[in-house]
Amino acid sequence: MNPLRRILAILAKELTQLRRDRVTMGMIVMLPLIQLMLFGFAINTDVRHIPAALVDQSNTALSRVLAQAVTATQVVDFTERHATPEQAQHAIVQGRVRAALIIPDDVAKRVARSPSLGLGLGTPRATDEELSRPVAQWLVDGSDTMIASSIKGLRNMPLGELLRKPVNQSTPTFAVALLFNPEQRSAVNIVPGLVAIILTMTMIMFTSAAIVREGERGNMEMLINTPVRPIELMLGKIVPYIFIGLIQALIILGLGHLVFRVPLGGGLLALTSATLLFIGASLSLGLVLSTIAKSQLQAMQMTIFILLPSILLSGFMFPYEGMPRAAQYIAEALPATHFMRAIRAVLLRDALLADIRTDALWLLGFMLAGLIVASLRFKKRLD
Amino acid sequence: MSAPISSDEVRSDQVQPDQVIRAQGLTRRFGDFVAVDALDLAVERGTIYGFLGPNGSGKTTTVRMLIGLLTPSAGSVTVLGHSLPRDAEWLKRRIGYMTQRFSLYEDLSVRENLQFVARIYGLGYRQAKARIRTLLDAYELADMSRRRAGAMSGGQRQRLALAAATMHEPQLLFLDEPTSAVDPQSRRDFWEKLFDLVDAGTTILVSTHYMDEAERCHRLAILERGKKRADGPPQQLMDDMGARVVEIEAPDQRRLRQQLLALPQVVSAAQLGSRLRVLVADDIDDPVAWLRAQPVAVGAGTIEAARPSLEDVFVISTGGAERE
Ligand SMILES: Nc1ncnc2c1ncn2[C@@H]1O[C@H](COP(=O)(O)OP(=O)(O)O)[C@@H](O)[C@H]1O
Ligand SMILES: [Mg+2]
Repeated sequence: MNPLRRILAILAKELTQLRRDRVTMGMIVMLPLIQLMLFGFAINTDVRHIPAALVDQSNTALSRVLAQAVTATQVVDFTERHATPEQAQHAIVQGRVRAALIIPDDVAKRVARSPSLGLGLGTPRATDEELSRPVAQWLVDGSDTMIASSIKGLRNMPLGELLRKPVNQSTPTFAVALLFNPEQRSAVNIVPGLVAIILTMTMIMFTSAAIVREGERGNMEMLINTPVRPIELMLGKIVPYIFIGLIQALIILGLGHLVFRVPLGGGLLALTSATLLFIGASLSLGLVLSTIAKSQLQAMQMTIFILLPSILLSGFMFPYEGMPRAAQYIAEALPATHFMRAIRAVLLRDALLADIRTDALWLLGFMLAGLIVASLRFKKRLD
Repeated sequence: MSAPISSDEVRSDQVQPDQVIRAQGLTRRFGDFVAVDALDLAVERGTIYGFLGPNGSGKTTTVRMLIGLLTPSAGSVTVLGHSLPRDAEWLKRRIGYMTQRFSLYEDLSVRENLQFVARIYGLGYRQAKARIRTLLDAYELADMSRRRAGAMSGGQRQRLALAAATMHEPQLLFLDEPTSAVDPQSRRDFWEKLFDLVDAGTTILVSTHYMDEAERCHRLAILERGKKRADGPPQQLMDDMGARVVEIEAPDQRRLRQQLLALPQVVSAAQLGSRLRVLVADDIDDPVAWLRAQPVAVGAGTIEAARPSLEDVFVISTGGAERE
């Protein structure tokens, strides 16, 4: 009875304080909104409309058709024209364009002999230099690998349309069937991941300040002289934020569904369990930080210390499978990694609770360990 | 002169049932610095016991050790018959503590603060409601129960803090400089409340640097640089201070003071408006006549004996800082 009463005392107090803290209240709603819009619209691995320069040394009808065919792919926009490759390269150095297409003056001859036209000339022999020459050349700013690979994708652009001749399609070696996200939209993968990132940020941030704030505002000496037990204090401090975390998850997934057409597949039970467990794990991790930090500023710095690897290593930005072994080990130690896997499985691949049980158990473990460590670290003493 | 004026010693071999606080050799070091140095204390039930000392003399540190918030570097503490720091949790339900700095929530209202404290001490809904109403009336907070604590005056906050500290009707109350941010009228009113609590059977330990407050305590310990310099009822401390007080009116007080301090029998001399307050060692029977006979006093005006004050006790027991 009394332990419950004390937890409720802390809980009610936290809620009242939270209600009066306009900045925090605003952050609860604005943070997910802004992040969702920023990440949802900005992150796009399918790069289009790259500004490029055109150096047309041939200046014939054929070269103009070639340039138009390239523009039609939407991969690049020709934003400037230059007379020489040197000038185009200069534009790349200055950053005005990311690539340049150089069409040589003998383009007509090259097109006529190009094997990609499929005119039945057979495989070019390596000794026959003329036959193996490409039609034109791309200069690409290779420093951004994403842009480079988009332009590399143009290498085998079919030239059939160019001469209005039928192309004999070659049969691919593999057939690829896309089971999920058939339209290949990045938002579908990013929005569920955003739930993990935003919750990591806000949940850890709120609770990492929870204990130090009592100290900084001078309430700690009163608080530790009451009969409240550390575990009661910790529970009273995290429960209000569980609701806030759920509200944030709701905002992100709701808007993600409406604006970015992210599918909400899978079981509601699996989704709710995974989200609750992750909120609990993040909150109790924040509490642990709060017992270490000496000031709210330090608590904030520690939050960033957790947030950065959560963004970079959790699989949010780069596939987990592509990371080196050491980074994978670090990733496993972050609650965000497990939630990232679980929520993508549930939302995008219709997984059920049984399918994500390993990650759910990890999250449960993080939560309990965090609560225990924070309670043990919290001393009702001043020395 | 720096030997403690102690009317009775704390003995380890007998535990008196009336002693709610007993401390022996209580010491606290912060690194090399000794904040509290081998303190012996005994506080009797139903009394107000005062700690008198300037800032930095170790009052707060001592109170924190007596509550179990700080672990002593050496020495032992027994409060309400329980040994500290072992039984600190047991003690928390039975003592009230008003911290030196206001430590309730400034962003909560008077009533919300009291509700929080009531719940955390496990009072039931009805019990809490009744108790809060009693406290709001007793501490004249009823008509500002909705005001945020951060928006209240020093005196109002102090009454709120006392109300919160007495929520669970503790037998023993620790008040650390409760009146330091309060005007004189509020201070007098506050002490009336303290006497009401003592009449109801509460024991109070209060720290202060005000002499007039110290004088109201049943018993007093004078602290200076972590050491107990004197211990006893205020009147007894003044009677037994080992010096007599003489006040001299003189034209050139500054020079007279220098000359008087050169005399071995003069313990201290301090300027008090137009007069000089001189403490003369009590082995001189008639200090007024003795002073008049001194060559330095030639040209001085009125010389008369005065009533000793706690300030005098303080000056003497802390070794007459004026001598240096
Ligand atoms: N946590 C601490 N660390 C280091 N020194 C401290 C600490 N607490 C108090 N002190 C020092 O101990 C001395 C006594 O302090 P305190 O007990 O607060 O005195 P008072 O309450 O009489 O003003 C001061 O010199 C203070 O600087
Ligand atoms: Mg103090």
